[in-house]
Amino acid sequence: MAITLKRWDRQALGAALLVAPLAIFVAVTFVAPLATMLVRSVYQPAVAEALPETLAALAEWDGGSLPDEETFRIAGAEFVALNERRALGSVATRVNRLESGMRSTLLGTARSLAAETPSASWREAMIAADADWGAIESWLAIRRAGEVITPRYYLNALDLDRGGAGEIVVQPEDRRIYVSLLLRTLAISIAITGICLLLAYPVAWLLAHARPRRAGLLLLLVLVPFWTSLLVRTTSWIVLLQNQGVINDLLVTLGILAEQQRLALIYNMTGTIIAMVHVLLPFMILPLYSIMRAIPERHMQAAASLGASHWQALRRVYWPQSLPGVAAGSLLVFILSIGYYITPALVGGRTGQLISSMIAYHMEQSLNWGLAAALGGILLLLVGTLFFIYDRLVGVDRMRLGG
Amino acid sequence: MPARKIHSTWQSCRWLGLGLWLLGASAAAQTLTLVSYGGSYGRSVERAWVEPFMAETGIEVRMEDYNGGLAQIRAQVETGNVFWDVVDLTTPDAVRACDEGLLEFVMLADLPAADGTPASEDFLPDSRSECSGGGLVSATIVAFNNQQFPDAPPSRLEDFFDLERFPGRRGMRRVPIANLEFALLADGVPINEVYATLDTDAGIARAFAKLDTIKDEIVFWEAGAQPPQMLADEEVVMTTAYNGRIFNAQVLENQPFTIIWDGQLQETSGPGIVLGTPRLEIARRFIEFMSRPESLAAISKYISYSPTRYSANAMVDSHRETGIAMGPHMPSAPANMKRALISDWLWWADNGDEMNERFAVWLSR
Repeated sequence: MAITLKRWDRQALGAALLVAPLAIFVAVTFVAPLATMLVRSVYQPAVAEALPETLAALAEWDGGSLPDEETFRIAGAEFVALNERRALGSVATRVNRLESGMRSTLLGTARSLAAETPSASWREAMIAADADWGAIESWLAIRRAGEVITPRYYLNALDLDRGGAGEIVVQPEDRRIYVSLLLRTLAISIAITGICLLLAYPVAWLLAHARPRRAGLLLLLVLVPFWTSLLVRTTSWIVLLQNQGVINDLLVTLGILAEQQRLALIYNMTGTIIAMVHVLLPFMILPLYSIMRAIPERHMQAAASLGASHWQALRRVYWPQSLPGVAAGSLLVFILSIGYYITPALVGGRTGQLISSMIAYHMEQSLNWGLAAALGGILLLLVGTLFFIYDRLVGVDRMRLGG
Repeated sequence: MPARKIHSTWQSCRWLGLGLWLLGASAAAQTLTLVSYGGSYGRSVERAWVEPFMAETGIEVRMEDYNGGLAQIRAQVETGNVFWDVVDLTTPDAVRACDEGLLEFVMLADLPAADGTPASEDFLPDSRSECSGGGLVSATIVAFNNQQFPDAPPSRLEDFFDLERFPGRRGMRRVPIANLEFALLADGVPINEVYATLDTDAGIARAFAKLDTIKDEIVFWEAGAQPPQMLADEEVVMTTAYNGRIFNAQVLENQPFTIIWDGQLQETSGPGIVLGTPRLEIARRFIEFMSRPESLAAISKYISYSPTRYSANAMVDSHRETGIAMGPHMPSAPANMKRALISDWLWWADNGDEMNERFAVWLSR
């Protein structure tokens, strides 16, 4: 007994050592960034750390009328000190997101206060430096920017905001974007999954049941694009689909279309769907193929010998057996397409963008990482929920990527 | 393997490692990374500034391209891993980056004019931030391909928004900057009221309503090198573009393009030094070199951007390869200035985030 236990221990240790590199890799490149991102979507300490005294003074302020002289003095002095350390700019950028114009209000006021320290009233000096200090909204914006734990980004990501009294309000119509974009992303992903399934099923069937030589050749036709760089494939679609591209030229030359009727096949939703279906097709074909290869051909023959028509045999014998492949392929394609970025960015134009483009935009351009993180968090939650529902309906254990 | 042999292998590895480390360290000390916008502008920067600078100082310069914005600089400064040294920045970006403490200060006293004029009097007003050196004036303009309009070519900014008389697709940079200004100008707002109008909600709505009128025909671009390509491919009939890129396509590639100077939007740009770069000393030398009036004037031998220094403007001469006089091709040429708007970088530094957000909403509808 003792000996077997010891041996088992050693085996377990060996196994642990074998998976350790992968576990570390996943922890460093996947779990840690994901956790950082989720934390960032609610936890934003930068302003609170930069303006502790101002925020302490504002915490006691009623928010209904202008703050008192003492608050003005504390805030003004803190702005000046921060600007000397060149730290006011990033605070100003964050406050500016809540109230446009606050960036120059903060920086300009800090400069004029530094040039001449007010001898009498700080309140009057600050309002003289910038009239915005006479508006309650400016102070509310600073107080809100100072929240360390904030649901703001999740609210913004759902086109909501908080009103003056802290109640949740829907954003004005010309500021709403994320909910409709999220729904569009879901719809497109479902459409792409459906199209992929329709296209892949017959191909996988051919692959699985053709003679070995031909099957090998077919498989190569599936795999070569799969191995080709994503960028090359996407830009090839640009060559084919653009206004002056191969397909339009051909249609015009053949007289099917007039010069003025050239089809808009790219830089719109059509372009995104075509290119993404092509890019993701192998992820549907390969799981289907590996499942179908394991379905014995005798089953179809048996069904036929029992009097089933070809269609009946396909529907009642073959299709149920291929379901694990359908499920695996669909889930794979759906999850990949819901977060897809590069292809829509290149061929999506204005109308073919998915939610990923907004995440990238807030990461790279607006530098509003909190909002980007919240959008990513919502996407993650969505995929998690779908996975859960899928598990309940189909069962993850029934999903197989290989026979 | 016998122990001695292992030992000697280990020794040689150590020497090799030390050698590589020294090599790397010396290369890092000598190579300056300059980040600019690429394409024909990037080539002009290389020939007018980078090559003469390397010849004069023996310092190696490596060039990298980007499409503007502060994200990468911010990431490098915040993580303390700075590998960009000098970055070519638009003035609003330089102002924001300077305020946020992402750039080193650049002292004007270090950049005197050749004739002894103090630098503070030599620069165009509001053309630089406290963190950027001498730079260039460029213009965002509308350009078209002559072949598309053989009979009655467009001539005014208004024509860009006139789909009836000038049908066809329009190219437009995928940002609100310039596009909002163009929309208001074309909608009849006078030059000196554009930013005051944009300060009101009604004014912003008016600009977007004007953009709506051509929305279905717009193809968006992101890199400055794209618009000339889109015109050449006849993917669009008209596009907004940077004047220097169109100029280079005209003179170097003989493309039949025309610039509509009416309603041009002038912007300035200049190089800044990323805060905390370990190559601060050579970065400062580069800024000093390229801010010299003769260096700023030298780039106009390759592309039609004019210097932001008065003393340099007098030195602008002719195009190096074709001998064309550059004066008439500059944004600041009197004939091109009949209706010109100077970009208000302070307004954009303040309202850029909100405008970007509104622009994104507009795009997605």
